[in-house]
Amino acid sequence: MSDAITHHGGDRRWTDYFTFCTDHKVIGIQYLVTAFFFYFIGGALAEVVRTELATPDPDFVSPEVYNQMFTMHGTIMIFLWIVPAGAAFANYLIPLMIGAADMAFPRLNAVAFWMQPVGGILLIVSFFVGAPQAGWTAYPPLSLISGKWGQELWILCLLILGTASILGAINFVTTIFKMRAPDMDIHSMPLFCWAMLATSALILLSTPVLAGALVLLSFDLMAGTAFFNPTGGGDPIVYQHLFWFYSHPAVYIMVLPFFGVISEILPVHARKPIFGYRAIAYSGLAISFLGLIVWAHHMFTSGTPGWLRMFFMATTMLVAVPTGIKIFGWCATIWGGKIQLNSAMLFAIGFLSSFLIGGLSGVMLAAAPFDIHVHDTYFVVGHFHYVLFGGAVFALFGAVYHWFPKMTGKMYQETWGQIHFAMTFIGFNLTFLPMHYLGLQGMNRRIALYDPQFQPLNELATIGSYILALSTFPFLISVIWGLLKGPAAGRNPWRALTLEWQTTSPPSIENFDEPPVLWAGPYEYGIDAELRDEDSIEEMLAEVAEMS
Amino acid sequence: MQSSTTNKAIATEYQNPPTEHHGHPDYRMFGLVLFLVAESMIFIGLFAAFLIYKATMPDFTKNLELLVPTVNTIILVSSSFVMHKGQSAIKNDDVKGLQLWFGITALMGAIFLSGQVYEYAHMEFGLTEHLFGSCFYVLTGFHGLHVTAGLLFTLAVLWRSREQGHYSAQSHFGVEAAELYWHFVDVVWIILFGLVYLL
Repeated sequence: MSDAITHHGGDRRWTDYFTFCTDHKVIGIQYLVTAFFFYFIGGALAEVVRTELATPDPDFVSPEVYNQMFTMHGTIMIFLWIVPAGAAFANYLIPLMIGAADMAFPRLNAVAFWMQPVGGILLIVSFFVGAPQAGWTAYPPLSLISGKWGQELWILCLLILGTASILGAINFVTTIFKMRAPDMDIHSMPLFCWAMLATSALILLSTPVLAGALVLLSFDLMAGTAFFNPTGGGDPIVYQHLFWFYSHPAVYIMVLPFFGVISEILPVHARKPIFGYRAIAYSGLAISFLGLIVWAHHMFTSGTPGWLRMFFMATTMLVAVPTGIKIFGWCATIWGGKIQLNSAMLFAIGFLSSFLIGGLSGVMLAAAPFDIHVHDTYFVVGHFHYVLFGGAVFALFGAVYHWFPKMTGKMYQETWGQIHFAMTFIGFNLTFLPMHYLGLQGMNRRIALYDPQFQPLNELATIGSYILALSTFPFLISVIWGLLKGPAAGRNPWRALTLEWQTTSPPSIENFDEPPVLWAGPYEYGIDAELRDEDSIEEMLAEVAEMS
Repeated sequence: MQSSTTNKAIATEYQNPPTEHHGHPDYRMFGLVLFLVAESMIFIGLFAAFLIYKATMPDFTKNLELLVPTVNTIILVSSSFVMHKGQSAIKNDDVKGLQLWFGITALMGAIFLSGQVYEYAHMEFGLTEHLFGSCFYVLTGFHGLHVTAGLLFTLAVLWRSREQGHYSAQSHFGVEAAELYWHFVDVVWIILFGLVYLL
């Protein structure tokens, strides 16, 4: 702690972050920084897309370049930003939260991380051979005729990142099941761990199916087979089934970790126990299970027979039940709490409102008749940005602020953090809210040219996207200022109860100098101190006295 | 919550868990099982694609010569039992027995792969002739890759078993892992044989 400036990250040197290090905390930060690196690239691509769409004519970039921009934007944001950012927090937090010294398979963990830059570089290299243009969904036959090598690099990138994701999930499940502190049963572990259990189950069951589809697509592309190519007797619908069998669960793979994050942030900053621990824990598993049987709702316009549409419509709407349980649980958690509106909490509450809109428009889209009307329009684009940006990314920023003191031992700059939130919230809604209306009016997604009647709302969205881009600066100011000059955070600046706050900030290499003591459940805020074990760590007792 | 004595007892157990591998409990078998769950999902995806083609396309199925693959199936299935004798041997600290049975397994795996190469060489259609042919080569080829991986695991166990005491009745994770993987590849083959050759 004393010379935390030179030894950022506990006993770690900054050079450790560029090595094949097996410490889960180093790997977590490696994941996070790499993910942010790709977030900035993906964000820049989004700005090109929005700038192009400021006018109805394809005048800023050519239609081909426009196709490359949104394809790469989608791929990067999903596979190199949100999914790895979830893995970042899982790596950093799971062992600390359950009182373990590291993950179950530290070397495998490092292998999984180092596949990220390899996959990312392969994807970026595709710019030099003609980037893929078939969208992040890469539907054949379009993906078979729009540039061979760019598409093949895209496939390789996804195979590598998918494998990394599977190896990560093996680690998370094993660690959560096998390495909890001896007196922590599965119902007293933090909800973030439950969320990662649900996420990992989905990764293990669905990612391999995408790998199978991509191998077949690769054969079609490179070897001249015709699995998905109708000209050779193949069936593109089979690709859609295999692709969405992964890619719908992928939405939950992206958002479930951040549901977990929200379940951690809200109780701490509202000083109240989580409402409905088991309901929130099990509803995550229910979302996982339902997530595996809803994929064809992406294919309502693909000639899917009516009875099958009915099935997928019903299962998709059912997802709203466990999700609603979570939302109500979170609202009840902050209800009447002593809410501290710091940057972490602002982003968490921003998540609640934005994600709710995305969730509700999801129920609208689940209805086959409505979906057929707005399929492939900007309504869908608006919807999934409310889920993935308003949901996952808001919670992600909340998580960065919430655990920044633990990861660095310093406090971030609060005012700039709040400015970051305000700009993000305004920019986000300005960008994506008009898209719903544009979609209802019939504006197609993925096309550079559009009807001039849509221009005013598109201009609004473009302005919003610039505000969103600028909001990155207050974020960087807040965290870089925190890193350089932030006051020491101490072990537990939020007076939180989960185990990661029992150790030093940043934690030592082996995490806990002595086995962590479960002196309270993870969310027992506002409970009388005298009921607790007298042998608990002294400073914790002091905090309890302070709380009650 | 716990009293201080239980806490200390638990703390001791926490620092000295019952079964150890390089100073920490051994979870590798658990991890391998999770990996095989993921692996089986790739095959399930590919099988599903194959079945959709079969169900929706007239004249999709082509007849295949059965003799070589049937012999191959018998060899691969029996090799699983042979391999299990190797694990039983090491449980009695019998390294020679392990080497014998794993050696025979490796030989049987190699015969299976040669049979597959023979079958490919004498096949009347190529990879791109028709959809069934593409499915046939990709499915059997992808499985063949897994047999090759399993064969390499088996050979690795044999290589490591030369070192005195590397495997013992108490510590033989490598043996168990190679065997579990081999059984997995075997089960996948039985399903694949049923779907591609018999159905």
